[in-house]
Amino acid sequence: MDVNRRQFIQITGAGAAGLAVSGLGFDLKPVRAHAGMLKTKYAKETTTICCYCAVGCGAIVHTSKRGDGRVINIEGDPDHVINRGALCSKGASLKQLTENENRLTAPMYRAPYSDKWQLVSWDWALEKIALRVKETRDSSFTVKNDQGQVVNRTTAIASVGSAAMDNEECWAYQALMRALGLVYIEHQARI
Amino acid sequence: MTNHWIDIKNSDCILIMGSNAAENHPISFKYVTEAMEKGATLISVDPRFTRTSSKADIYAPLRSGTDIAFLGGMIKHILDNKQYSEEYVALYTNAPFIVGKTFDFKDGLFSGFEKNPEGPVLGRYDKSQWAFEMDKNGVPKMDRSLKHKRCVFQLLKKHFSRYDLKTVSMVTGTGEGDLKRIYDVYSKTGERGKAGTIMYAMGWTQHTTGTQNIRTMAIIQLLLGNMGVAGGGVNALRGESNVQGSTDHCLLWHIWPGYLKTARASNTTLAAYNETWTPTSKDPLSANWWQNTPKYSVSMLKSFFGEKADAANEFGYQWLPKVDDGASYSWFDIFDAMYKEKIEGFFAWGQNPACSGANANKTREALGKLDWMVNVNLFDNETGSFWKGPGMDPGAIKTEVFMLPACVSVEKEGSITNSGRWMQWRYQGPKPLGNSLPDGDIILALGEKIKEVYRDGGVYPEPIVNLKWDYATDGAYDPHKVAKEINGYFVKDVTIKDKTYKKGTLVPSFAFLQADGSTSSGNWLYCNSYTEKGNMAARRGQEDAVNNIGLFPEFAWCWPVNRRIIYNRASVDATGVPWDRKDWVVYFKGDEKDGKYVSNKWLGDVPDGGWYPMQNPDGSWREDAKYPFIMQKHGHAQIFGPGLADGPFPEHYEPLECPVEKNYLNAQMVSPTAAVYTSEADAHATCDPRFPYVGTTYRVSEHWQTGLMTRTQSWLMELQPQMFVEMSEELAGLKGIRNGERVNVISARGKVECSAIVTKRFKPFTIAGLTVHQVGIPWHFGWRWPSSGKEDSANLLTASAGDPNTRIPESKAFMVNVTKL
Repeated sequence: MDVNRRQFIQITGAGAAGLAVSGLGFDLKPVRAHAGMLKTKYAKETTTICCYCAVGCGAIVHTSKRGDGRVINIEGDPDHVINRGALCSKGASLKQLTENENRLTAPMYRAPYSDKWQLVSWDWALEKIALRVKETRDSSFTVKNDQGQVVNRTTAIASVGSAAMDNEECWAYQALMRALGLVYIEHQARI
Repeated sequence: MTNHWIDIKNSDCILIMGSNAAENHPISFKYVTEAMEKGATLISVDPRFTRTSSKADIYAPLRSGTDIAFLGGMIKHILDNKQYSEEYVALYTNAPFIVGKTFDFKDGLFSGFEKNPEGPVLGRYDKSQWAFEMDKNGVPKMDRSLKHKRCVFQLLKKHFSRYDLKTVSMVTGTGEGDLKRIYDVYSKTGERGKAGTIMYAMGWTQHTTGTQNIRTMAIIQLLLGNMGVAGGGVNALRGESNVQGSTDHCLLWHIWPGYLKTARASNTTLAAYNETWTPTSKDPLSANWWQNTPKYSVSMLKSFFGEKADAANEFGYQWLPKVDDGASYSWFDIFDAMYKEKIEGFFAWGQNPACSGANANKTREALGKLDWMVNVNLFDNETGSFWKGPGMDPGAIKTEVFMLPACVSVEKEGSITNSGRWMQWRYQGPKPLGNSLPDGDIILALGEKIKEVYRDGGVYPEPIVNLKWDYATDGAYDPHKVAKEINGYFVKDVTIKDKTYKKGTLVPSFAFLQADGSTSSGNWLYCNSYTEKGNMAARRGQEDAVNNIGLFPEFAWCWPVNRRIIYNRASVDATGVPWDRKDWVVYFKGDEKDGKYVSNKWLGDVPDGGWYPMQNPDGSWREDAKYPFIMQKHGHAQIFGPGLADGPFPEHYEPLECPVEKNYLNAQMVSPTAAVYTSEADAHATCDPRFPYVGTTYRVSEHWQTGLMTRTQSWLMELQPQMFVEMSEELAGLKGIRNGERVNVISARGKVECSAIVTKRFKPFTIAGLTVHQVGIPWHFGWRWPSSGKEDSANLLTASAGDPNTRIPESKAFMVNVTKL
């Protein structure tokens, strides 16, 4: 039988638990069997890489297949060759980052001189942003610099971000910003 | 990192300086510990006795901002005691190169200096005065015996001869005994088969001499033959899960994906661009890898603009914006321009500049001068809500703000690249919470909206309407489509070495990219990451490579071309035999006949180019070999670095704000080329009795960056609830401050309320006979969370001044006062 490290831990862990309870006078087997299934039968298992520092530790995410479809648990991935199941205090809190009542869950808008946020739809927000981009870009677009060289840019719009995005998102984002003519493109790596 | 996390276990001596890895990269210590269990020595050098120091065999304190003095003393020690690896230095570095007669160093200035009264850089060098002497074929003149008086090696010796123990100790505040012990122990890694490594982070970069801090260590690593070997290298411990990837894809003004140069205004055509930025070498033994630049730039343009890019329109080259020659568009320049009302619109995407950039008061004021801002984040932050922050009057602030909710990483699919250059794929667990969306969907939808508003015209709409933007599947952003675009396709049938690659198939690696528009590749460095064999980043192979040093070549994917240790051909001697035969990286195992190699075979890691070793077993030079430092024009690692803004050798200068009135190593106080901003919001105070203590910033394990993704969590807040200032018992006694008492920390730019933490971890320094106190503050707080609004950012104190090469801020050394409330 081919057994990887994680299966090995699962098997030996279960075996050790079985031995430990055998002297108690009652049988925990059904409870253990049920607990074991919570993650497998009722949850989707996916792997992830921790979103904090750049060690790149692996974690396993268990997501409920029932009800709200939210995260049940996130723990270190024993098959990940860097962290071998270990996580630091932040990595171990990944579930609380995800299932967090402080998260933003809808687009919001703050009008000039207003003292409050108002909830808006994605469509409304993106439409409005696209128009703002066009107004600012078109009114500030520089075809030639002071030396008469073609530069095709705007210096009236700037962007910072983001190392918090995936590679594919970073690539697409820089392509869009550069196509708009931005030269003020920066992010976390500079600070 | 030139090496990677697991490789730390192969080290014989680990220097952690400019980093507190035990606290901030905790899992890295799995491998530090493993190395120590096998007998490695751990050295910790830090102004404060940190969690890393508590695990170290040797700890020494140094005053913030004096790393070059500390390491310069080590260079002198290595040279004086002949502890360098002579064979390595003479063969693989530019130590034998002859420098031209115009090079000089006097009174703290290199030759070619000009003051720059217009700023922000204080001065500039004419770097042509530091050029190498060339022979008649255009190859640098060399003296591999290292004896020529103008060879790099001799100039290095002369340059660092001033860095004696006594002077270094006077500058750094480190005891002479500590210096000598650390120099002795670390220099032993110059022996054949021994490897020393450096783990550093923002403690080295966030200085006006940041680049040169790292260069000083790189010189040490080269002298000791520690580059390219297992357990060696120069290892930046990057602080964000994908800051390596976001840098590789160049969300930075000065570079295009894959570290291609951003086009300058003077690069008027694609041909001019390629000619300017493609280095040429006349040395047949130099691979000069950047000679391939045109293949990468054209393939990148094909990914930007797809079929709209062709030879007739320079592949859309004119559609991309150009920057002015000699100008800078860095973070500091953005917020300086914004403060001066020159910027109207602003995207803060997955970032919190109101807390993260230096001189946060200036940043916050600048945000109020915008017309509009788009803030994309997981949580409401100090940037998006700046208009209701401390001291702000919403009724007086015009900025229109769009706050868009992004989902967290476990709710979406895509890849990130860790500090060891490993690109790793992650998967979607739950769906995005509420109406939050993956950044990719937001970017794609925004791009579509902008394309839509330009459909009916606008100023210069071509780049927008022609941008290739077909990355959706069933209406949603598809990360696989972008990942494949980044890798690149054959966009026509292409025949290479008798094999035809069909149009539409993925390019196997960057060696196949073309400059004629027949291939695309969004980022050449990632070409090989998603091929016809599949998504390489998603691999989970558990097998180690034949050398059994923890490369795990089939786990995830690593740039370039899955090479786990870069510069690895420097891990072997001239004949291809590893310096270290136990923990070897690559090993040449070609067949030999009559003292000559007759077939080419490397074992181990993917070699830095699969050429033959430099010499045959009989010691004769091969004509078909290439020097191992293939990214350098001349193929040699640069002990002398004539391309940097602040000098070809490192030199100690004091931080912009410092406690001493004299630089004891030369006649300049601060780096003559530092970038120092001077708006009304930029005040600086050096040797000023109002700000008598050295301040520095650092991190704690329980929080991350500006704290937005940790301050919002109850578990982590319970562990680290408050902004604090850490100080010595001596300083606390002097000021009558009790442990736990709330105090103000004040600099020339701002004030932060903190809880005092009085510890033995800080000790006063003796600098040239004077007692100098240093305090430290974490930078993870901001007024938005926790809800008390009383904990704010350390960057309210830091200065808009930075390194001349990178413009990274000097957040690790500035002057403050501490007062009771």
